Amino acid sequence: GAMELPPSHFPAARAAAVAVGYLRYLRGGPGRRLELRELRRARRQDIDDVGHKYYLELELEDVLDNDRTVSCTAEVLYHLGSKTSAPDVQVTVQGELRSTEEADKEFYNRIRSLEKELVAENIPDSHGNIPPELEPIHLLAWVASGYVIWQNSTENTKLHLAQVKHVKQVKRSDEDLQFDYVVLLHEMVSQEVLPWEVSVLWHPQRGARVRRCHGPGAAR
Amino acid sequence: HQVLRIKTRNEEEIKQLQLLESLEHLKLDFWINPSAPALPVDVRIPALSVQSVKAFLESQGIEYSILIEDLQDVLDKEKQDMAESAQRQRSSSFDFGAYHSLDEINQELDHLASEFSFVEKIQIGESYEKRPLYVLKFSTGGSKRPAIWLDAGIHSREWVTQASALWIANKIASDYGTDASITSLLDKMDLFLLPVANPDGFVYTHTSNRMWRKTRSKIPGSVCVGVDPNRNWDAGFGGPGASNRPCSDSYHGPSANSEVEVKSVVDFIKNHGNFKAFLTLHSYSQLLMYPYGYKCTRPDDYAELESLGRAAASSIRSLYGTTFQVGTICKTIYQASGGSIDWSYDNGIKYSFAFELRDTGRYGFLLPANQIIPAAKETWLGLKKIMEHVLNKST
Repeated sequence: GAMELPPSHFPAARAAAVAVGYLRYLRGGPGRRLELRELRRARRQDIDDVGHKYYLELELEDVLDNDRTVSCTAEVLYHLGSKTSAPDVQVTVQGELRSTEEADKEFYNRIRSLEKELVAENIPDSHGNIPPELEPIHLLAWVASGYVIWQNSTENTKLHLAQVKHVKQVKRSDEDLQFDYVVLLHEMVSQEVLPWEVSVLWHPQRGARVRRCHGPGAAR
Repeated sequence: HQVLRIKTRNEEEIKQLQLLESLEHLKLDFWINPSAPALPVDVRIPALSVQSVKAFLESQGIEYSILIEDLQDVLDKEKQDMAESAQRQRSSSFDFGAYHSLDEINQELDHLASEFSFVEKIQIGESYEKRPLYVLKFSTGGSKRPAIWLDAGIHSREWVTQASALWIANKIASDYGTDASITSLLDKMDLFLLPVANPDGFVYTHTSNRMWRKTRSKIPGSVCVGVDPNRNWDAGFGGPGASNRPCSDSYHGPSANSEVEVKSVVDFIKNHGNFKAFLTLHSYSQLLMYPYGYKCTRPDDYAELESLGRAAASSIRSLYGTTFQVGTICKTIYQASGGSIDWSYDNGIKYSFAFELRDTGRYGFLLPANQIIPAAKETWLGLKKIMEHVLNKST
């Protein structure tokens, strides 16, 4: 059977962070910002010879859609004793997310029409500022980080994107946009803030795909 | 120079004064000229001429009084007043809604201490790199009254905490005498506020690495620098939840109190001997926690601390709806040894709480400056709730 967990405490919150990271990777984009408003309910099931499975009920906000509430359920399975395999995650979103087609197209065209490849650093800056024109780049960093967080979390870690240290656009001959990020991820249990290199492709229809990621001493 | 006010009674006396006016060698400066008997005559007299003018007036039976004994004094004081006012202007325009450098913060501490008679800036020690550890003492009198301790910025990258501490200091100082709660608190208790508990780390976050957390002490035998000052207290020191690797951000250090930033506070509190509450500010996560962190068992005062914590979280939420989770450190986040509130609790300071301020991860350490004052305001409500309870129980 599954054990009920206090949703406000970290063990449940760690699993929720993985689920949200995964969801951001799948459904996020330069025009969509998904925030966790509340973890409503969390249960944990210990499955012999397999691992620990968390059942979560989450309330998210689609911030750029007037903070509209989005309900989700998620399952996060941490594999037994395994430091090298990513948790299995499934997320079900109740209802539809607002279309970001227009914002995506605008962003896509803007970047494609740049003469020089986009380069930026320190997003946000030390004081928490983000220039408005870099907000989509920031959101895309959250998408890319979502992948890294999903792939590199264990039951005892809680990863957050602390800052985009550096981002460089790489022009491509095909239709994808490519951004090579150096992101700082904050791991809340060890308190380490560590740099990860993530190279991500993005296209308005195809969405985001991480092509490469590399972290300090990363096994994956 | 003196300024005399001369009261003339008739035209005759007016004529005498006009005669005096014509004597250029006296260098008299009439501020109000002799014209009609009903009107006073004010005249500035250079020091050298004072005796002879007075002698003349007396010989003529003309009444006078000394308006200004020593003009230079008056001018000096006015200059000083203006300078102080200008400084007050400059510093009362200290922007609490912005992030500041260590120097700017220290300047504001000086300003608060000079502006309020019951606020004193004291130094309780020095950091590893020899920066002063400044504490603001709020005391309206008495001798070693029961006291409350509040610190911020022990982890240097948690910028909203130092910034909030400044706002809170100004709030308490400004509202003493008008706010009933603050007034009754400071009438019976003292408050000690350390706004920058880790100044070396703080400077480093400005000059080199915004994400620096630890102190900046050199560790023998390692290329890495710094100790996690909130794993360095003598409470379950070296136990789970702290690292023994110098390069780790939660490195506990070679021994308990090895960090001078920690030792200075420990010594100060022990020497004082009458602290009733120990409150510390961190960010981020929006949590309000009480002991223990080094072990996962409940403290003896669990019921009271849980109840008080919830009341404080409720106060926080009342302002902007910001929710803080309440619980022991171990249950709420994780087991973490060598923490400050565990030490204070085990040393007899019952009301030991650690706050984790805004936000929950969206900006994390890089909280936009426009959230400083809202964060400070809501946090202050929580602190006040706790302090009111402490006052009730301690006096």
